[in-house]
Amino acid sequence: MMCSLAVFPPPLAAGHTHTLMEQHNELQASDPQVDLPSPQFTRDTLKGHSRAESSSKSAFLDQRDTLWRRSAGAWRDAGLYGLLDQITNSADEVPRCVSVGSSCLLALLRWSSSFHGSLFPHLTLSSDEMVAEFSQMLDWSDSAVRSFSWHPHTDKFAVALLDDSIKIYKPHSSTAPTLKHRCQRSVCALQWKPLCGSALAVACQSCLLIWHVDPASLSTRPSSGCAQVLSHPGHSPITSIAWSPTGSLLVSASPVDTAMMVWDVAAESCVPLRRVGGGGVTFLSWSPDGSRLLAATPSALFRVWETRMWTCERWPCLKGSCQSACWSPDGACLLLSIQGERLIYALSFSDLTGGPKAATVVADLSETSFPGPEGDLTVGGEVCSLSWDPRGERLAVLLKGDAQSTDHPSVIAVFKTRCSPAFELLPCGFVMGEAGAEPRFMQFHPHFQHGALLTVCWSDGRITHVPFYFSSAGLSDSQRPAALSTADRSISRLYTEDLH
Amino acid sequence: MFSMKQNCWFIRKVVIWRAVASIAWSVLLLPITTAVFVLLSRFSLFHPIQWISDCTNLLTASSTIFSLMVLCAVVLITGFFNLEFYTLVPSIPCSRVALLGTVLHPLQCVHSLVYSSMGMLVMWCASVIISGRYSTLGTPCMQNESGDVLTCLNEYHLFLLLAGAFMGYSHSFLGVVKNMYYVSFQPIQQYKYPQFKGCLPMLLKCSVIQSLYSTRNFAALYFFFGYVPRAWISSTLNLPIDSSLQPLDSLTGLLDFSLLYHLSISGTFLYFTWYLTVLIFRIYATEAYSFPVQSTFSEDAERCLPKVVGEKSTLVMKFLALQDLALLSQHSPSRRQEVFSLSQPGGHPHNWNAISGECLCLLRDLTQRLVAHQDAVASNGRVKSQSASSDTRSASSSSSVLSGMEDVPETPRPTVPLRTPGSVFKSSVGGMHSSLTAPFTPDVDSPFCSPAIRRLVGQQDPQSPWFGTVQSPHIMRRGPKLWSASTESQSNGSPPASPAIAPSPPAANKKPSFLAQWLQNRKEQVKSFLAKRVLIVYLFNKLPEASSQALFADSQAHIWALQGLSHLVAASFSEDQFGVVQTTLPSILSSLVVLLEAVDRHFKLPHASSKPARTVCSMGDSTYKTLRFALRAALKTAIYKITTTFGEHLNAVNISTEHRKRLQQFLEFKE
Repeated sequence: MMCSLAVFPPPLAAGHTHTLMEQHNELQASDPQVDLPSPQFTRDTLKGHSRAESSSKSAFLDQRDTLWRRSAGAWRDAGLYGLLDQITNSADEVPRCVSVGSSCLLALLRWSSSFHGSLFPHLTLSSDEMVAEFSQMLDWSDSAVRSFSWHPHTDKFAVALLDDSIKIYKPHSSTAPTLKHRCQRSVCALQWKPLCGSALAVACQSCLLIWHVDPASLSTRPSSGCAQVLSHPGHSPITSIAWSPTGSLLVSASPVDTAMMVWDVAAESCVPLRRVGGGGVTFLSWSPDGSRLLAATPSALFRVWETRMWTCERWPCLKGSCQSACWSPDGACLLLSIQGERLIYALSFSDLTGGPKAATVVADLSETSFPGPEGDLTVGGEVCSLSWDPRGERLAVLLKGDAQSTDHPSVIAVFKTRCSPAFELLPCGFVMGEAGAEPRFMQFHPHFQHGALLTVCWSDGRITHVPFYFSSAGLSDSQRPAALSTADRSISRLYTEDLH
Repeated sequence: MFSMKQNCWFIRKVVIWRAVASIAWSVLLLPITTAVFVLLSRFSLFHPIQWISDCTNLLTASSTIFSLMVLCAVVLITGFFNLEFYTLVPSIPCSRVALLGTVLHPLQCVHSLVYSSMGMLVMWCASVIISGRYSTLGTPCMQNESGDVLTCLNEYHLFLLLAGAFMGYSHSFLGVVKNMYYVSFQPIQQYKYPQFKGCLPMLLKCSVIQSLYSTRNFAALYFFFGYVPRAWISSTLNLPIDSSLQPLDSLTGLLDFSLLYHLSISGTFLYFTWYLTVLIFRIYATEAYSFPVQSTFSEDAERCLPKVVGEKSTLVMKFLALQDLALLSQHSPSRRQEVFSLSQPGGHPHNWNAISGECLCLLRDLTQRLVAHQDAVASNGRVKSQSASSDTRSASSSSSVLSGMEDVPETPRPTVPLRTPGSVFKSSVGGMHSSLTAPFTPDVDSPFCSPAIRRLVGQQDPQSPWFGTVQSPHIMRRGPKLWSASTESQSNGSPPASPAIAPSPPAANKKPSFLAQWLQNRKEQVKSFLAKRVLIVYLFNKLPEASSQALFADSQAHIWALQGLSHLVAASFSEDQFGVVQTTLPSILSSLVVLLEAVDRHFKLPHASSKPARTVCSMGDSTYKTLRFALRAALKTAIYKITTTFGEHLNAVNISTEHRKRLQQFLEFKE
């Protein structure tokens, strides 16, 4: 059954709504009394690393160093490429055969890497561009907030900021510990360890950091000795991490590494799980019951691993790579969005039959115009990220807007969902920010008492909480709009093949 | 012996077959590695067609087939050694002299000898396969005077053979130092083929690196001492040395690119075949085995999980049973149901009682070991006299959780139970000492047991009851300590007033005679003299982390027990129909909290929380170095698993106030 944006209630007029809540089955613009910190970060107060590493290098490098020293520096900084480049460039200082040989070798390397790059275009990106491309944060490089994560059991959350620091906020606490580490660069993802009070995994550009932040400590700057550094050669930048729901394993993924690493964090050992197709792994999502793990690749392919014997199913998509995905609370249903498409697909898994053979389209999110006081407002577009609340009753979808036009902002569309007897999506409403503020990232609070609580990071650096008050009984039949029953039931097929 | 007989079904029916399968695969893979070796050894960039045809000719030549058979024999012997020496609990020498002791142990010497000769054999095969100038030991050469064709010594062949012996020895040596025979379990389960495929690049990298190191070291060695074996061989076999050729123990002789290339390629081949055997064996040995939880036939009762988990003599079976328990508790609701079920006539929860009892016993044993270690370290800090024995006793009894240890006459300075390499295994998984012939356990005859431990084994009662009345680790320490006693006085830095050096600890309790006193004083004088010598200090100084590593050497079993228990308890919240878990919940919770306290205190000791340095690529498994961190994490996760599942219901469980306070911390996620 497919749902489209046309059946949504029109968005509340932007401008005079700064916060929202759901009550009595409709979204309202009022000030919810949520007792949680909602900090704001502006770009000006955070000094990011505006200059790239390489640009400052050339300014200071003494060009009159000996060839040996320059070669050694080039080798250290840029590896074999740098060395060959350096030798080729200083042809007058080295024997002719050496410079010719190195230039031939360099050409050969470039040719092979461009061939490799033509197979997997993402490999030609720089490390920062890659993180920005595959981060779940919309417009990552421009954003003051780089990543966000709720603690799975308590009311605290961690925010990664533009200046590569991480702040931890707790309710009723004036201190917000700031985590900084030499290796903590370009944070792309954060996740708290389940079944643990203190461990926070951070996906950085060069490594994986595990912070152990003692909840009882009053320190505002935990030392970098509290962090474990996990790294594996060839496994960086890391763009996604996922803890197993039992907290025993951590999986990390990098778009340049075809293997994803399964870490036993305490023992600091890892098992690479390598599958060559796809050219890397960009996004990971562990099902809440721990039985399956989704691994998206930069190509039009994603895999669903079962976590008992770690075999995988291949899911080649027709169009693009998998951009975002989320699991239903019982792990039986997977919703995912494909890059460049305005659709949400659903895959349902049941333990007995193994897996589904095709994905169904459950929502069409193509652009729809709603008349407003200041002219038409267009809503809809590419799905940037998906988030399902822990009770399985609300689904938030971050829709990418058009950066050029003012009447087509990025918005969050919220659906009501229910899984039994059949999977169903019903419209709930749009969450919009203040004028000029667009949502960049969202996550549901893992255990909100009175329904669901969506935390949204806005483009103006604000973090707000949108509560949805409902009782968990589900929806009654009378509330179901008639429009849905006639909705297009087209099933677009994806193909699967089992690989063991 | 008796206990061995009654459960050798597992060895007989599972372990042996797994070993046979692993050896069979190693033998089957041998032609492939040999073919790759042939291709690489004959590699020529500019004549590819000739290269390929040469190689195909060579692969079908009779000499190659023959050397392939020799290689098969080598692989068989390697596989046999793997099966014989494999251990699930690493031996961790606590001082350099203990390490020296294991390396110089007679059995280890025999092991090295065998490996050296196998290395020579492999290198002989390699030189036959490469052929050319390497093929035989004798080579025709022209003598100047008469013009007769004589047979001279082929130094290239000799060089390769000696390199093989060297590599064989270094393999055997590093096997001890890096615990090559230690089998660790992967954090995730995988089928054998993907696991093998995943490990293959690492294997190749390791063997290349190891071979390059060996090549370098051997070249240096040959440069300095190469003339000795050459002269000896030439005189015994009456092969004159061809004086027209450059001798290889010179700089120009050694800087022969093709020689070094062939040496490193053959070395890689040698290491690769051996490592491959090790790897396949590890994969087969650690494969999960599913034990039935209960059986309808009474004759199979021995093979059911509740019985097998409690097994003490066959370590590999116990480990696999615990692994199976951890897996079933997480993945298999139907088997969990069997664990929670009641016995058919009678209605007793025998399965759950046996399983939980055994897990708790393991945890209790670990707690006890940790407490004893802490006491030992705490008392080490002080200068002690004869009378201090009562101090320690009261201290230990007050802090010990179990009262079982109080009535044991203690040494004035209770040493760490796991001091000598082999003793790790001894006191670790409780009475598993009687597994004299179990293939996976380092038995007394193994080269990795120090003599001290053999004495210990002799003292022990293999049938010691250990559930309920837990045996104190102190009893096991009564044997004279070879390395440990003197080690301690060094690390103390305190004036050696230790009576612990006395071979019989009960002497401390008796009134010492004059003669004994005099001997004691002599001994201490000698010791204080020795303590000032740098070499002695170097040899006898304790390696900083070793005692901590040794304490947790077998903690994989505890980690599984924790995982199994916590998941079963959490599952019981919704799945346990008869409430069989409820009765044991208080004891489980208190055991976990007590263990947590002991572990917390252990991590406050110096060196306990320091991380080991990252090991570079090596085949020796170093996971045992971080097992204590893994145990701590698993313990906390286990407690969290139970507290998050039960939540406020835990207040209804009958446990002591301090434990409740600690659990409250977990309920509030303050740990």
